[in-house]
Amino acid sequence: MTGNLSINQRAAILSILMLICGLVIWEAAIPAQKAASDLTEYERLMGLGQERAGVPPPSDVLAKAWEQLSNPFYDAGPNDKGIGIQIGYSIYRVLTGYFLAALVAIPLGFLIGMSQVAYKAFNPFIQVLRPISPLAWMPLALFVIQDSEASAIFVIFICSIWPMLINTAFGVAGVRSDWVNVARTHELGSLRTAFTVILPAAAPTIITGMRISIGIAWLVIVAAEMLVGGTGIGYYVWNEWNNLDLTSVIFSILMIGVVGMLLDAAFSVLQRAVAYAE
Amino acid sequence: MSKPFLSIERLTQKFPDGQGGTLTVFENASFGVEKGEFVCILGHSGCGKSTIMNILAGLAEPTSGVVKMDGQEVAGPSLDRGVVFQNYSLLPWLSALKNVTFGVKARYPDWTKDKVEAHARDFLAKVGLEGDVVHRKPSQLSGGMRQRVSIARAFANHPKLLLLDEPFGALDALTRGTIQDELLKIWGGTEQTVFMITHDIDEAILLADRILLMTNGPFARVAEAVEITIPRPRNRTEIVEHPNYYAIRNHLVQFLGKRSKELAGEKVEDDDIRPETIRIDTTDTHERGAADETPKSSPVLRAVND
Repeated sequence: MTGNLSINQRAAILSILMLICGLVIWEAAIPAQKAASDLTEYERLMGLGQERAGVPPPSDVLAKAWEQLSNPFYDAGPNDKGIGIQIGYSIYRVLTGYFLAALVAIPLGFLIGMSQVAYKAFNPFIQVLRPISPLAWMPLALFVIQDSEASAIFVIFICSIWPMLINTAFGVAGVRSDWVNVARTHELGSLRTAFTVILPAAAPTIITGMRISIGIAWLVIVAAEMLVGGTGIGYYVWNEWNNLDLTSVIFSILMIGVVGMLLDAAFSVLQRAVAYAE
Repeated sequence: MSKPFLSIERLTQKFPDGQGGTLTVFENASFGVEKGEFVCILGHSGCGKSTIMNILAGLAEPTSGVVKMDGQEVAGPSLDRGVVFQNYSLLPWLSALKNVTFGVKARYPDWTKDKVEAHARDFLAKVGLEGDVVHRKPSQLSGGMRQRVSIARAFANHPKLLLLDEPFGALDALTRGTIQDELLKIWGGTEQTVFMITHDIDEAILLADRILLMTNGPFARVAEAVEITIPRPRNRTEIVEHPNYYAIRNHLVQFLGKRSKELAGEKVEDDDIRPETIRIDTTDTHERGAADETPKSSPVLRAVND
């Protein structure tokens, strides 16, 4: 019978089976708490009748998800905002920092890719600055910018700039000389050559860099928001930890994954749009 | 003597040989091409054919010497000199049609979109590409079709000089034959001057008015200019019947097989070496069987003291 199913269908069935198995194991692994009446006197004296803080079972997480997702945008004060609002803040910070980085990285990458001198001049700085953990910039950013919101955006900016810069430079430098010669024999000016030949030729490499960058930016925003606080999904995770609400922590972890996946999927669509076969 | 339409004067190209010295590819090469003429250049690899082509296209600079077209010195690439590269050089992210309109838009920036597209379709049709196939990307086209697109792109721009750099080098023999016919067809209707590199003797005889023969490098030079005395329109199956065909072919084979080596490295004292004109015409009763003899009618390019 399985012979009639396509590869995609078989894979989907397998994924669902794995999900169910995982959830069942998780649910079963949580030790059930005995009701107080079933306890021996000794156990009651040892305090085992108290409700223990444990890892919540998946059913609790699902109930929480339903509750949160059915009203994602409520706002009941600084410590109680809907998950939609928190994620909205995080996406706003990520996109602002990310687009500022793209604004700098792509033109600069073009320059570095087109000029050997620029490449050699910029390379030592890139090599030193690139491996720095973006969070290491945080104290300096807070001191210089004096604004936690802007500092978080700066951290996103600084972490998403490198993959875009390096990939743009690499893509531009690797454009086949034949295609540049086509532009030259057609007397295209340097700006038109850049837009009609080099940009489409390097686009797949540039978009790959942008895809790596958005992934890193989404990783970093959680940590950055844990530090700067106030709003955002990172702050939400930390706040719920302080509240010892592990159900919310697990739910928000899942939401971080889903949003990250959607951001990546958007770039994968873009990547397919600019891809070409030689 | 009036200058030819395209005149190559004392062209020298030297490259560093990687050991501190210099490698002279060719030295003081001079020749000319008349307007409307189809000239092929034949020679072994390494004699600098492609270098000459790049200099004519303006993509490379010679060590010394000048190229003049229409009395103007060639400096840098120009739309007046169209190039068809061996590897087609189509932009892979554009469809066949868009590759041609890319060129037409550059040539005629003030044309409307519709006019540009109609013009491009017209030239694609001339090389046998019509219908849905023009919307395919180069990766979805066969090698032969890609080269047709490339030829259409070059012709659609009406350059004063068309440079073909071994355009059929990467194609199989049968496809090559068909596209040679397409090329003859599209060229026939124009007064297009063509300068073409090839490795294929039969191809050169079929297409050219004159074949330039190069000696082996280093110090390569254009030794001979062989006139093809077979009337046009030519056809692959008919030219082999022409009495001059094998006489010319034998001469070319002899040159490439033997004399290109013997003449190699032979430094000529004259610093303005022009190719010796060879006219082989067995149908001419006065010169029957007289190969390598001075023709009666003065050819366009003679080794003369101008």
